[in-house]
Amino acid sequence: MCGIVGLFLKDAALEPKLGGLVATMLSTMCERGPDSAGFAVYGAPTAGNAKITLQSASPEQDFAGLSDAVRRVAASEPELRVTSTHAVLTVPAETVDAVRAELRANRPGIRVMSVGQSIEIYKEVGYPTGVAARFGLGSMSGTHAIGHTRMATESAVTTLGAHPFSTGPDQCLVHNGSLSNHNSLRRELKRNGITFETDNDSEVAAAYLTSKMQQGMNLGEALEKSLDDLDGFFNFVVGTKSGFGVIRDPIACKPAVMAETDSWVAFGSEYRALVGLPGIEKARVWEPEPATVYFWER
Amino acid sequence: MGDHVKLRTYDLAASPLRELNAELHRQGDGANDTRWEILNPRGSHAVAVGVDAPLDIDVRGSVGYYCAGMNKKATITVYGSAGPGVAENMMSGKVVVKGDASQYAGATGRGGLLVVEGNASSRCGISMKGIDIVVKGSIGHMSAFMAQSGSLVVLGDAGDALGDSIYEARLYVRGGVQSLGADCIEKEMRAEHHEQLAALLDKAGVSGVATSEFKRYGSARKLYNFNIDNADAY
Repeated sequence: MCGIVGLFLKDAALEPKLGGLVATMLSTMCERGPDSAGFAVYGAPTAGNAKITLQSASPEQDFAGLSDAVRRVAASEPELRVTSTHAVLTVPAETVDAVRAELRANRPGIRVMSVGQSIEIYKEVGYPTGVAARFGLGSMSGTHAIGHTRMATESAVTTLGAHPFSTGPDQCLVHNGSLSNHNSLRRELKRNGITFETDNDSEVAAAYLTSKMQQGMNLGEALEKSLDDLDGFFNFVVGTKSGFGVIRDPIACKPAVMAETDSWVAFGSEYRALVGLPGIEKARVWEPEPATVYFWER
Repeated sequence: MGDHVKLRTYDLAASPLRELNAELHRQGDGANDTRWEILNPRGSHAVAVGVDAPLDIDVRGSVGYYCAGMNKKATITVYGSAGPGVAENMMSGKVVVKGDASQYAGATGRGGLLVVEGNASSRCGISMKGIDIVVKGSIGHMSAFMAQSGSLVVLGDAGDALGDSIYEARLYVRGGVQSLGADCIEKEMRAEHHEQLAALLDKAGVSGVATSEFKRYGSARKLYNFNIDNADAY
């Protein structure tokens, strides 16, 4: 199984409530994925800066003195915001590579969850409502967010095996389903220079879309192409800095329901995930068609 | 059913689903409480599953998986949309979905009537074994897969691979069919089919639609038995 929720706001007045709405949506999907949970929240970008979301199993040790270490390589004062096992590091955009090299060299316990102007990703093993509370999802604000509750099938129950996966700046993907050709695709993508953190099939899907977008496709085109190249069951919900996309495989066994009003677009694995949204009674509610790309951009 | 029958209202926002279903299961053939109204389903799973009495149940809102599954004798109306597997394995009675139905609506159903007033998505009527299904909108791909008996009436269009590996179910489609599945072919509409279809439309409350607007599809009966000439295909 697995549960997916996604909310893309069209009405800026709702932005302060994004985290609260998504936390409610996620809480309805606990039975679908009690192993672990995660979410990506797209907040306001700050000009010239990049946000790096980090995770560590030993945050006291790994995040201690991190600001000092980053200041030395970035030659500026970073902003470090630690929440439980995660930390968001804000640095000048041009120093991201140097900062990541520093982390790789001297802080091997730190994993990079995401990099980008807007995105922050939080994910952990544990019951979804607990994971959401641990990171304070309910009080986060932003323009769009994607959440996932995981019942593992293709790889171990670990923090890194939880969703969302991010394989490119401001990109993320969550997946319900299982891919059958992920090993061969992973080998191909590795040959093209893409690195992987896990043995997870969904990470391969994320990396696949990233590689297509690196070749110049937009998200919609990359999703369209994935129908030719990915074999297996999938509902994907993907986010970019300004976009939100949904695709289902041609067989479309995995459940999906969408709703749209003038104020928002939402995705849920089940209708239960959508019932708390403002104006749901009047929303257009539909089941996304198989092998069809749905894509919104602000 | 007279006006003297009191309406029993059950609010799922206030009381647990298991209690509701247990209470519905306690009702037998001679039950006094035959009129039921269920409030705030909010996409809950398994609402009014396994009812085995001639009750009249109105569900005020959208439901999740398996609503009205295994229904016997009851008339269950969903004033909203239904998630996957609505009226799955229905035995008898009637289930009406005022909105849309998700995947495998009426799957394996053995009897009774399922009416979907909106659209039904993929695998509608998969492995149906005697149920009648009337969909006022369109249906998705792989519908009536391995359908054995009963009838599926579609006022809109049908998706890919309609009636794949079908046995003796009758499929009546008014709109277009994206593609037919293996061993499913268009068949002649004879007098008996017009008659049957007219009766089904009437039972489903459809008026102003002529049976001549429909095409009938069914089994070419070439996959019934293993044929050694087909060995290469396996």
